[in-house]
Amino acid sequence: MENSALNIVVLVKYVPDTQFDRHLTGDGHRMDRNESILSELDEYALEAALALTDARGGAKAGNRVTALTLGPAAAAAAVKKSLQIGATEGLHVSDDALAGSDASATSLALAAAIKSLGAVDLVITGMASTDGETSLVPAQLSARLGLPQLTFASSLQVEGSTVTARRDSDDFSEEIQAALPVLVSVTDQANEPRYPNFKGILAAKKKKVTTVTLAELGLAADAVGPAGSLTRVDAAAERPARTAGTIITDSGEAGIALADFLAAQKLI
Amino acid sequence: MGTIVVFIDQVDTPGRLHPTALQLLTLARAAGEPVAVVAGPVGAELAAELGAYGVARILHSTQAELADYLVAPKADLVAQAAASVSATAVLLDNGPQGKEIAARVGVALNAGVVTDAVAVEAVDGALVAQKSVLAGSYTVVARATSAVAVITVKSHSVEAAPAAAAAAPAVESVEVAFAPASLGARVVQRTPRAASGRPELEDARIVVAGGRGVDGDFGPVEELADVLGAAVGASRAATDAGWIAHTAQVGQTGKKVSPQLYVSVGISGAIQQKAGMQTSKVIVAVNKDPESPIFEIADFGIVGDLFKVLPQAVEEIKRRRA
Repeated sequence: MENSALNIVVLVKYVPDTQFDRHLTGDGHRMDRNESILSELDEYALEAALALTDARGGAKAGNRVTALTLGPAAAAAAVKKSLQIGATEGLHVSDDALAGSDASATSLALAAAIKSLGAVDLVITGMASTDGETSLVPAQLSARLGLPQLTFASSLQVEGSTVTARRDSDDFSEEIQAALPVLVSVTDQANEPRYPNFKGILAAKKKKVTTVTLAELGLAADAVGPAGSLTRVDAAAERPARTAGTIITDSGEAGIALADFLAAQKLI
Repeated sequence: MGTIVVFIDQVDTPGRLHPTALQLLTLARAAGEPVAVVAGPVGAELAAELGAYGVARILHSTQAELADYLVAPKADLVAQAAASVSATAVLLDNGPQGKEIAARVGVALNAGVVTDAVAVEAVDGALVAQKSVLAGSYTVVARATSAVAVITVKSHSVEAAPAAAAAAPAVESVEVAFAPASLGARVVQRTPRAASGRPELEDARIVVAGGRGVDGDFGPVEELADVLGAAVGASRAATDAGWIAHTAQVGQTGKKVSPQLYVSVGISGAIQQKAGMQTSKVIVAVNKDPESPIFEIADFGIVGDLFKVLPQAVEEIKRRRA
């Protein structure tokens, strides 16, 4: 079967940079979203989409890769970075009511946004967000959109309308297959994400980004945020920072010192 | 006391109750009336084992779809069974499949999902979970605000204990009505992984992990692990280099472990790695670079050559035990 052009949506999340200390703030114990960037794990999703569309002649051949983000005005930075890397267009659901949404409310809003794009061949996500880290959204989105889920894929091929992925777990390595349209989440083993180059950065300025509100997606403000969420954080406590203990330099007896330490800790 | 469904998978691993399943049953029994929902066959032995943990009612299905398709049919089973017994909570393991079943059950039952719980208790009739977030830098208390709570629980959140009096469970076979969309992602091939004979990373009391510094040779790491009865882990650098399977990766995109003892060998301790192990009780680090960030969080650190320090430690531990 011929490989025709693909219409792909990639979820890109604007998350606090994991290289810095991250904090929960306020009564709702929400993430402090200063110092945020495009989630590193979403770069694998974007790369997976670009690899598929590159192999089909890219944007010139009618392939589309839409970078979709949900979040405050600042989240547009995640879309912009995705356009610089190679996404062909952007969709930003920007609404203050989204703050404090849990996975259920997030997947509800994402499903509405994806439906607004019409027929889509693939929805590709990362294996988790680097902030919430729950890995719930891909499966919930699959359920809400009625798309088969090929999740935690460490490899991905599309031949004709058949999508094949590999999924590795502790007990098994599985080959999983579905017909388009599908939802895929890819792990950090799936590929090597590309970096934006100068040409990409210039080209991004001409790409179209659509910004929509919840109302434009037909969603009430209380369908998301704390009102639309089905979970709540009652309390949060910062763990005391670990401090360095005893550090020794080996002068020939360190292995014995290690055994002494383990014995003193009653670990041997 | 509400009815609490515990999901038990006998499709992928028939005949064997995972230690985590026993822990989930123990939690469910403390918080309500446990009902086991089993994907796959339930023999007399399994029923007796579940009964010993206080399960009076078992719902199960042996429909082929549960094995032939990824995740979604199992979620249909759990959601339909939970609805039929009017469950107030559903408990699952915290592996990738457990989380994904939880995610879909959450959508099906309009229920809140809390993942990565390290403790679960009933407070005024509602289940409240404790979990680590932001790479172990915070501990939060979270709950579902919906009529049904779905919680995925990490290993060792509770010590598994049989019920004071064993129950003789009623075993009911259920016929799941699979949603057409649940039968979209077919498992076309399933290759079992070879068992290492060592404990699983997330279950282990002790983990010995190697990184870039092992330079392709996990021998000394494995020898120390074996003398300690430990699981073997690795940094992303070591798994990316192909020195060890990716399933051994500890870190932000790998396993998150909190053992009694984590021995970090030849691992610098960058954020990616720390995110997976900094909630360990005791951390020991061996690295030849005194500037490695791992020493900032190690309770005991050795600046030295792992190829000398580890074999010496192994010999010494063996000698003391002899």
